[in-house]
Amino acid sequence: MKHPPAIETVSLTKVYGSGNTEVVALRDASMTIERGEVVALLGPSGSGKSTLLSAIGLINPPTRGEIKIDGQTVMRGPRALVDVRRFRRQRLGFIFQKSNLIPFLTGLENVLVALAIAGQEGRPAKRRAMELLSALGIGDRARNLPSALSGGQQQRVAIARALANRPSLLLADEPTAALDSKLGRQVMELFREVGHENDAGVLVVTHDQRALDVFDRSLNLEDGVLSEGDGEHTSRSIA
Amino acid sequence: MNLAVRDVRYNLGRFLLTAVGLGLLLMIVMGMGGIYEGIVADATLLVDRLEADLWIVQRNTRGPFAELSRVPSSVEDRARAVPGVADARRFVTHTIQREHRGQPLRMAIVGLAWPVDRGEWLPVIAGRALAQGHYEIVADQTLGLAVGDRLELGKDEYRVVGVTRNMLGTGGDGLAFMTIADSQAVQFDAVGEATRLERAARHGRAEQRDLGLTQPGLLERADQPSATIPALGPPMVSAVLVRLQPGVDATSVHSTMTAWPDVTVYTADEQRELLLRGPVDRARRQIGLFRILLVAISAIVMSLILYTMTLDKLHDIALLKLMGAKDRMILGLVLQEAFLLGGIAYVLAFFLGERVYPYFPRRVIVTSDMLMWLAIAVGVLCVVGSSLGIWKAMRVQPNEVLS
Repeated sequence: MKHPPAIETVSLTKVYGSGNTEVVALRDASMTIERGEVVALLGPSGSGKSTLLSAIGLINPPTRGEIKIDGQTVMRGPRALVDVRRFRRQRLGFIFQKSNLIPFLTGLENVLVALAIAGQEGRPAKRRAMELLSALGIGDRARNLPSALSGGQQQRVAIARALANRPSLLLADEPTAALDSKLGRQVMELFREVGHENDAGVLVVTHDQRALDVFDRSLNLEDGVLSEGDGEHTSRSIA
Repeated sequence: MNLAVRDVRYNLGRFLLTAVGLGLLLMIVMGMGGIYEGIVADATLLVDRLEADLWIVQRNTRGPFAELSRVPSSVEDRARAVPGVADARRFVTHTIQREHRGQPLRMAIVGLAWPVDRGEWLPVIAGRALAQGHYEIVADQTLGLAVGDRLELGKDEYRVVGVTRNMLGTGGDGLAFMTIADSQAVQFDAVGEATRLERAARHGRAEQRDLGLTQPGLLERADQPSATIPALGPPMVSAVLVRLQPGVDATSVHSTMTAWPDVTVYTADEQRELLLRGPVDRARRQIGLFRILLVAISAIVMSLILYTMTLDKLHDIALLKLMGAKDRMILGLVLQEAFLLGGIAYVLAFFLGERVYPYFPRRVIVTSDMLMWLAIAVGVLCVVGSSLGIWKAMRVQPNEVLS
């Protein structure tokens, strides 16, 4: 049986302010990302990328429109139809420009805390966390505090943390901005791997056009208007 | 996984330093309570130790501790004659300040009714009680005297034969015990010139009266020592202590003595109450106000510390919320750190106090009741103090991670 899309938005609109100060950050944005699909979201600064990401991440509700995750309608306009915190805990994974690791926890504990939040503790949780870190090539640095890890290693821990609860949708906001191009590309490839291997939809906000071939397809956002990318340079166009 | 413990471990130096600061503050709060208990204990110490059922003092005074009291020593004999009285003894107390080895030595002298009372009831930690009627002294250890030390008081030299522990007067001065005769000799000591001048003045007064002019023998008497003049009685005492026979109704003895026009009689409880309401009351209220202020300061300091600690973690808290953490987890993080801080500070306060309080000039008595109340107060302070931090943590939005 075919899985429902990891994410589906219908006419998503976000308006900040009102009257003369009204700013439309997002206009009727509709899109679908299937599970296992890795999608890049492109657009200049101020185009509404972060607004779209925070709306999909159930952090900042839209003014109008609908958000469906795993086929379930979770937001209708600004109204949440589910316990958003629980939904984030169970279905979503976040990765940011900075790794945003908790500084007083080791790499392993940073992953374990995500599992604890999702209600998984004890040996199985520890095994899962170690598996993830090892799969991302930093199993040997699991006991180090973030301050003892390089930028790339920190970002890998952040990815492991985002994947810990087996999310159906992984949202990444410019995750390679702080990394050099070689490392940036490695991280993007990692997204592709984890997206495909974990059957998770992956939406990555990026400015980096050089790594577009890693993605299955791309979306463009300009002045709040979302459109399908031209497909040039993405893996499908190359194929 | 306990986030609070891990955060503390990460910021261990800063956390411990904060705990030490808070511990010192709590030690002062504890000390203030201990000083109050010490004042009360010191004030009522003699009343409790002397185990008198009734105190006979100068008429209309609250003596001998709350104010000066002078009663004729003959009251002792009068009291013994009252039915139901088992024993009566004179009591003398006064404070002196002398130089000893170049240092000021302040002591509250208590006269014991030798030979009935030799001070066997004193908590002697070195040496012995009085064994002779003159020139022996039993001193409290706070006076810094040791057994065998010699002390010049008035015209005589006294030898320290015993040292007591925790025997302090209402003013916090160490107590020194000697016979009543010796204590009066110290109290009424006058230099030779003063005695000669007094005799000359006495002679002069007698000469100016008919009695002196018509009876020259009286003029001769005026030149003699005071003790030989019948018109001059023996020195007054501070009070007379009465012990009743077992089973005797104190009220009847009390009412008999109250009928005497020259004295006032108090029960031991009344005497204790006089002390607590009189000299101790003002100190008690002052210390009470200080304690309230210190608790308020502790609450503010703790709130600020916990608030700052929470502010430092706001980004992490926003991240936890973004990951879907329940409020309980965040509440636990802030509250557990508050209780850890309060707990460590409390234990530090206790152990530091144990070592520091003995160096205080006045006794600091920390009771188990006080420790329990302080523990409860610290617990409440932790909750109240962390409420500001919790309020801030609860208001943090997950999207702050994105900023």
